[in-house]
Amino acid sequence: MAVQLSNKQVGWVKALVFVLALLPFARLVWGTASGAFTDPLAAITQGSGEWALYFLCITLGVTPLRRLSGFNWLLKLRRMIGLFTFFYALVHFIAFLWFDHFFDVAEMFKDVIKRPFILVGFIAFILLIPLAATSTNGMIKRLGGKRWQWLHRLIYLIAPLAILHFWWMKAGKNDFAQPILFGLIVAVLLALRVVWSRTKARAAARA
Amino acid sequence: MLIKRSPNGIDLPFSSEITPQAVYEGRRQFIARMAATAAVGSGVWEMANREAFAQGAGQKLASRRNAALSTDEKITAFKDASGYNNFYEFGLDKGDPAENAHTLRTRPWTLRIEGEVKKPVTLDIDSLLKLAPLEERIYRLRCVEGWSMVIPWVGYSLSNLLKQVEPTGNAKFVEFTTLADNKQMPGLRSGVLDWPYVEGLRIDEAMHPLTLLTLGMYGQVLPNQNGAPVRLIVPWKYGFKSAKSIVRIRLLSRQPRTAWNDSAPREYGFYSNVNPNVDHPRWSQASERRIGESGLFQPKRKTLMFNGYDQVSSLYTGMDLKRFF
Repeated sequence: MAVQLSNKQVGWVKALVFVLALLPFARLVWGTASGAFTDPLAAITQGSGEWALYFLCITLGVTPLRRLSGFNWLLKLRRMIGLFTFFYALVHFIAFLWFDHFFDVAEMFKDVIKRPFILVGFIAFILLIPLAATSTNGMIKRLGGKRWQWLHRLIYLIAPLAILHFWWMKAGKNDFAQPILFGLIVAVLLALRVVWSRTKARAAARA
Repeated sequence: MLIKRSPNGIDLPFSSEITPQAVYEGRRQFIARMAATAAVGSGVWEMANREAFAQGAGQKLASRRNAALSTDEKITAFKDASGYNNFYEFGLDKGDPAENAHTLRTRPWTLRIEGEVKKPVTLDIDSLLKLAPLEERIYRLRCVEGWSMVIPWVGYSLSNLLKQVEPTGNAKFVEFTTLADNKQMPGLRSGVLDWPYVEGLRIDEAMHPLTLLTLGMYGQVLPNQNGAPVRLIVPWKYGFKSAKSIVRIRLLSRQPRTAWNDSAPREYGFYSNVNPNVDHPRWSQASERRIGESGLFQPKRKTLMFNGYDQVSSLYTGMDLKRFF
């Protein structure tokens, strides 16, 4: 029997997740301000990138977890977690534009074009923008549920691009343990959707 | 064995110009840890102790400043230079070597010099300390990853050692091999590099006066995480060219294989001279972040050709440095 939560309880869970999700950011701010980071730019770039990836995996994990557990209230957390994915990706991008290129946009674009691993990361970030921008209830209504859903399937493209970005970044040092781990996580989360949509299509065909 | 010594028998005082506050900071931290120990108990004591050993705390190394070969730029804090390291034998993260290198036994230690030489020799650390007068040289250090430091090293030109073993006419290259011992180096379990770590120089690069056989830094014996007890410093090349914890130097007639070049030939060339005009495939080398300068709210520093050591440019006359990166 799946545990169902009241709206009020979901509210508490949401508040808790919100605070927890901000902790990594607080660590980056504190580490930079206090001088605890020897190389703040490297720490911010790495930390924000890692957390964008973690939140991306958690976002993609909500639906499978809900289906497998029957905890339908999990769906109410998905938007917030998705927005945290965007938030950490934005911090990652800002670290690149501000701290690394010091707002030299022309230089930044040169870097983007020249280096495939930055290019795929950049595309993944750009594709996240419409998803974040259409995350409000108003936008869902304006777009209509079906169209909104199609747009948000972009995440199925963004996730592999993010993995590729991570993979190529680590490739220089032949350090593939983490890219393989996260690649597998994303692969499983996406494969579950393929399996489910096929079963659904077959069931629909029988009906 | 007493390490505090001087080449000419006179015990030189620890030079007061060498960021004394960094040393004080270290001492204060140690005292603070001792206080914490009293409060918290033996676990903390052990950690404090371990770190003290890892940093070779208190073991002074007297030397004479070589002002002609030193920069007057602001010296990086000892805490950063000894706490932010790439030494994969002790882990991949920058903080890992400081945490893990306490397991390295730096005495007894021998360095074997062999190959294309008339007088191959095996030297222990005490012999190395006496081989030539110790100099302090404040060098810029540029990491291939895009950050830099300014560090007062203690050592002498490698040429002092090489001349003693009398290279033959066939000696065209010099190979440096780092210790690889599973028992002392937990990082060897990772397959990132093919151990042992091997680096190399052309003989003329190795004989250049700037190339420093290094035994200390900040007026102290090298901390383990910085490549104790003996390492190389080649200030016009990216940091990874300067092998740490060296056990063997071989003179060769052919170019040796080198660890990073084997691992990623497209990214790390044999020469790896600091060169703002040759990008790393994954990032530009035109600028750098100087550790300790608040890098976030100001543009990065421009990286200088040969890391500002123009005197080495004659070694590469006529060479296409984009091809031989």
